[in-house]
Amino acid sequence: MKALAARASDTVVAVLVPAILALVATGLLLVILDRDPLTFYGDMLDRGLLDWPGFQESVIRMSPLLLIAAGLIIAFRASLWNLGADGQFLLGAAFAAGLAPSFVGTLGSTLTLIAVMAIAAAVGALWTVIPAVLRARYGVNEIITTLMTSFIGIAVANVLVKGPFRTDTGGVARTDTLPLDDRLPLLGDTQINAGIIIAVVAILAVHFVMTRTSLGLRLRVLGENPRAAEHAGLHTRRLIVLAFMASGALIGLAGAVEILGIWGSFRADFNPAFGLIVIPLVFLARLNAIGAGLLVAAFAVIQIGGESAARKSEVSSDILLALVGLILLFMAVTEWLRARRRARPPLITPGLAEAVGAGTAPRDDTRPAQPGVPTG
Amino acid sequence: MEDLFTDTFLTALIAGGVLAAMPLLFAGLGELISEQAGVLNVGLEGMMLAGAYGGFVVAIESDSIWLGLGAGTVVGALVSLVMVVFCVRMKLDQIVIGIGIVLVAEGLTSLLFDARYAASRPRLPAAPEWSVPGLSELPVLGESIFKQHPIVYIGVALVIAAHYMLRRTSVGLSLRAAGDKPAALDAAGVNVDATRTWATIAAGLGAGLGGAYLSVIAAGTFTPFMTQGQGFIAIVIAMLARGTAPWTIVGSLLFGLSLSVATALQLIGIDIQTDYVQMLPFVVVIVVLVLFARRSYLPSALGLPYVRGER
Repeated sequence: MKALAARASDTVVAVLVPAILALVATGLLLVILDRDPLTFYGDMLDRGLLDWPGFQESVIRMSPLLLIAAGLIIAFRASLWNLGADGQFLLGAAFAAGLAPSFVGTLGSTLTLIAVMAIAAAVGALWTVIPAVLRARYGVNEIITTLMTSFIGIAVANVLVKGPFRTDTGGVARTDTLPLDDRLPLLGDTQINAGIIIAVVAILAVHFVMTRTSLGLRLRVLGENPRAAEHAGLHTRRLIVLAFMASGALIGLAGAVEILGIWGSFRADFNPAFGLIVIPLVFLARLNAIGAGLLVAAFAVIQIGGESAARKSEVSSDILLALVGLILLFMAVTEWLRARRRARPPLITPGLAEAVGAGTAPRDDTRPAQPGVPTG
Repeated sequence: MEDLFTDTFLTALIAGGVLAAMPLLFAGLGELISEQAGVLNVGLEGMMLAGAYGGFVVAIESDSIWLGLGAGTVVGALVSLVMVVFCVRMKLDQIVIGIGIVLVAEGLTSLLFDARYAASRPRLPAAPEWSVPGLSELPVLGESIFKQHPIVYIGVALVIAAHYMLRRTSVGLSLRAAGDKPAALDAAGVNVDATRTWATIAAGLGAGLGGAYLSVIAAGTFTPFMTQGQGFIAIVIAMLARGTAPWTIVGSLLFGLSLSVATALQLIGIDIQTDYVQMLPFVVVIVVLVLFARRSYLPSALGLPYVRGER
């Protein structure tokens, strides 16, 4: 019990100290710009957490972020750099927005939602197939391929929305709009849609699979040490493709939830660029699904509250990017200081670090197991 | 379709392509050097943006394009020092820090621009071109390639210099060893951290200059998020060049030309959706990778911090 309490307080320190440092630094920035930081942060907390409509908005924002985090954790645990989240997300969103309005007439509301989410997940999964197979079969570095398929995916989503999925009503290129009654159901009297339930279930499921099942163990072995996985007789190629597709499916589903829960249609050039934000959050949680969920929740509060606070203080809401970036940098430093105090599991699995360096095919005997490590 | 290859079209295409390729070339070349030394610089996008903003501010205030370019380069290098301290010296994770740098740079430049220049939105005068005597008289190529801002020729010279440095000098050998086998470099008595520090700063210089080129010469103004993912494209270009500097010219021209083809087509009256054009280079690269799938030869210690004696 004592150890548990110590660990909990440790974690609180690891999150709170960098957050406070970043808030102070951003506060100084606000002072330089002649704004009152206390008013700004007060508004932020008020709107993001304490105020009921604002709190609901924060919860709504969490849904897609949690699903993306769940997807990324699967890939990163298997030491696969899926840096193509934005492409997978937008394709899922484009298909959801393009198909849902036309499905509703024949399938009815519930079946449409299920069908469209399944399609979005499938699209997200399929979009990872090229990087996955190139990596699994030929060892082509997946950082390059996922970044490129991401850019292609963003463009394809726009081509779809400006072409086959485009509504006939004119004006800005966009899809038909899904009627409010046919979107994801709201929870009770709130504005919060059922997307949050899907997202929480997904992240808990990922946590369970990764920590309690043999599949999770196999993926983690692949991530920690690809060569050991190979020697243990795991089907590493199949695992790589599976992990990539599961990752893409959850991220595609996130796109569907964003459309079916909030917007109801897809406007051309819509791109919230969630991928770049979620990747570091997931890392800082050391690829732990629960920890990542908490960080995502905090981020959603900062983003929703901060947008409103920035409007009130008449500064660009992009100040939030600086705030979040600073929290990341300070968190990394805190992590470093703590690691110096006692040996802890590293922020990043060795296999993952190796994957960045090498992009090796599973069967590769030309490289030493631990590149760049002195033998002495 | 016969008008497709008129002089107007080709001139616009190539000139626009070169213009769009330059930021990618500078940033890609810097990233190539840092990747060779084992530092995967994900913060490149942030360094470009910082360079673009710094270059813009100095060029506006001093009325000098060259001072602007210089300042942007310096600002890029200053941002790369964050990477040096956190990743090379403190051995923190290169991807987390890189993304942190991108976010802070995006937020900070947008915030500062919004606070200082959003109301006036100043523009810089068009940068003077420099014609190569004789060659600029050539049809099509003369107008497009040999009539550009001198920085274009400096860029090509830098690529050649970097190639020579990497392949023919002991500094280059140390750099590549820092990426391939840092332990061996360490054993040979060369300071791995110092080597990686200089390589990371080189990436900052390149990205800063690329960003400054973008705002000061290509656009003549700064807009928030104006790099639009070019830093990430530069990372791809550097990885595809696999340590051979001249390939960055090919890579950045490929991306540059496909960025300019839409504008050039509009000049001759063909309207094509920019989304198709924008994904073209990525599709080309993916197809090439699928057809000729092979190992991307990257330094084996890329992304790994070097800690002496650690397993």
